[in-house]
Amino acid sequence: MEAIIKLDNINKIYGKETKTQVLYDVNLEIERGSFTSIIGQSGSGKSTLLNIIGTLDQPTSGQMIMNGVNTVDLSQTKLAQLRNRTLGFVFQFHYLLPEFTALENVLMPYEIMHGKVTDSIRKKAEDYMELVGIGNVKNNLATKMSGGQQQRTAIARALINQPPIILADEPTGNLDSDSTETIYQLMRKINEEFKTTFLIITHDRKIAEKADRIIEIKDGRINLDLTK
Amino acid sequence: MKLAVKIALRFLRSNPGQTVLIVLGIGIGVSVQIFIGSLIEGLQKSLIDKTIGNSPHIIVETIEEGEEIDYYQEVIDSIQAQNVDTKAIVPVSDHPAFIQYEDINKSLLIRGFDFNEKEEIYQFDEKLVEGSLPQKGEILLGITYKDKYDLKLDDEITLLSSNQKMETYTVSGFFDFKVASVNESWGVMDLKSTWDLFDTKGKVTGIEIQLPEQDVFLADVKADEFAKAIDQNELQLVNWKVQNEQLLSGLEGQSISSLMIQVFVLISVVLGIASVLAITVMQKSRQIGILKAMGLKNIQSSLVFLFEGLFLGVLGGIAGVLLGLGLAYSFTKFALNADGTPVIALYINPNFILISALIAVFSCVIASLIPARKSSKLNPIDIIRNN
Repeated sequence: MEAIIKLDNINKIYGKETKTQVLYDVNLEIERGSFTSIIGQSGSGKSTLLNIIGTLDQPTSGQMIMNGVNTVDLSQTKLAQLRNRTLGFVFQFHYLLPEFTALENVLMPYEIMHGKVTDSIRKKAEDYMELVGIGNVKNNLATKMSGGQQQRTAIARALINQPPIILADEPTGNLDSDSTETIYQLMRKINEEFKTTFLIITHDRKIAEKADRIIEIKDGRINLDLTK
Repeated sequence: MKLAVKIALRFLRSNPGQTVLIVLGIGIGVSVQIFIGSLIEGLQKSLIDKTIGNSPHIIVETIEEGEEIDYYQEVIDSIQAQNVDTKAIVPVSDHPAFIQYEDINKSLLIRGFDFNEKEEIYQFDEKLVEGSLPQKGEILLGITYKDKYDLKLDDEITLLSSNQKMETYTVSGFFDFKVASVNESWGVMDLKSTWDLFDTKGKVTGIEIQLPEQDVFLADVKADEFAKAIDQNELQLVNWKVQNEQLLSGLEGQSISSLMIQVFVLISVVLGIASVLAITVMQKSRQIGILKAMGLKNIQSSLVFLFEGLFLGVLGGIAGVLLGLGLAYSFTKFALNADGTPVIALYINPNFILISALIAVFSCVIASLIPARKSSKLNPIDIIRNN
């Protein structure tokens, strides 16, 4: 299978005077359509790795090819465009916009890309919201929903531009075990249905073990790489 | 663009209390600007009106003292042909004389005007407190002659001219310029009567010009333009600015201080807006971070705050105009002198109000450049990393 994400000797050093190296020569390839979990203790560098893959953070050295594009020398604007078209983000803290309704939040990446919302995309957003089970709260403000509903909204939002990759940092981090299982099932369903590549950071052993591939990061290096 | 407008509006609406406070803050700044501006302009106008409103701004006179102008109509025509706006051009014949009535024997400045045409500079018809404008054989005197010397309408007085001619005239009325020296020393007559009395037929001693209100302070510039129309070997132009240096510096001082006050009010308004908008960026940095993570470009994130500034400016400007006019109205209605006239003379100038409101809008947009820049520089990773 073709690699949709390819990391080549990625290093990340924080600080100017007191330098702290977080990632050491990370080489990694993620296959298109795969469902991969990243595990590791806090401070191991897994979130930094995900942020670099998400082009939110820049590596100190090394190269990254995403969906055929080398991201190293891209301008801020090009990176923003790449994120908008190629990536969907799901974070532990949902990061919904509290000023907008659930439906508007879901439509936001599309609006950023196209500047306007068509009836057909609104229909599609509503379908996604039905898919993740929040059709009944679509007109609620983000602040008027439960944690699980907010996380599902974030997943529907990650899907709207039909990105080939979804990056999720602790997507079930502050959900109860029932919701955790539902969210996992949902992501799996999307992975199978749309062939979307999932890269998930999780503390949850059960979720991690269900992935096709488990990568363990320890002290900034890949410690374990298991493919089922 | 549309998205930036939508986000800006949503940000403003999500915190209505804060938005109303900011709009009120801008509005109060604008209203103070409008109120103080109208007040100072009103004071300035009434001061100008009281001091030089009823006097000529430029006088055409002979260079040689004692000479008179016999071709004055030609001079007036060529001045009018200069295509410079004037409010009034009035030929005047001024001569000293003695007034004799019972035991009064005083010197008087006899001023001859052509009352066939409406006299626009001194507006004697409005200054009349009794009687009418003088016809042939009549004289108009200051109110002092009525109050102090007990003269009455239709009394006859004798004038002794500088060329030893003695004539009798009937008092046609009394004027009041609210200036004691003028009320006591002027005698106003028909131009033709002065010609007869002083043997100066067809001549005037000067041509007095009044400029439109907006050109009052350009009297020297306008005088230079008129100079082209006259024979500069014989005639010269004197403008009020040369003759009233002290008054001029007083008026200019007032203009500058008014400008200073307005500039400082403006600066405080701009600083207030900038700091409030800067705080809103801090408040919304999480949202901006999320939007940027989803692919919002830096320029779009800047536009959000520029539009916030624009909307706050427009709303604040409208609130300011309404508040300012309300304030002005209540001052003219409730702060009154004993005689019912307003204590403060306000001058409501629609252009000034419009400009004040536009400056507020412009300042808000300029002030929002700081938060716009901040928002553009905001790195989404800082938000994601720190929750």
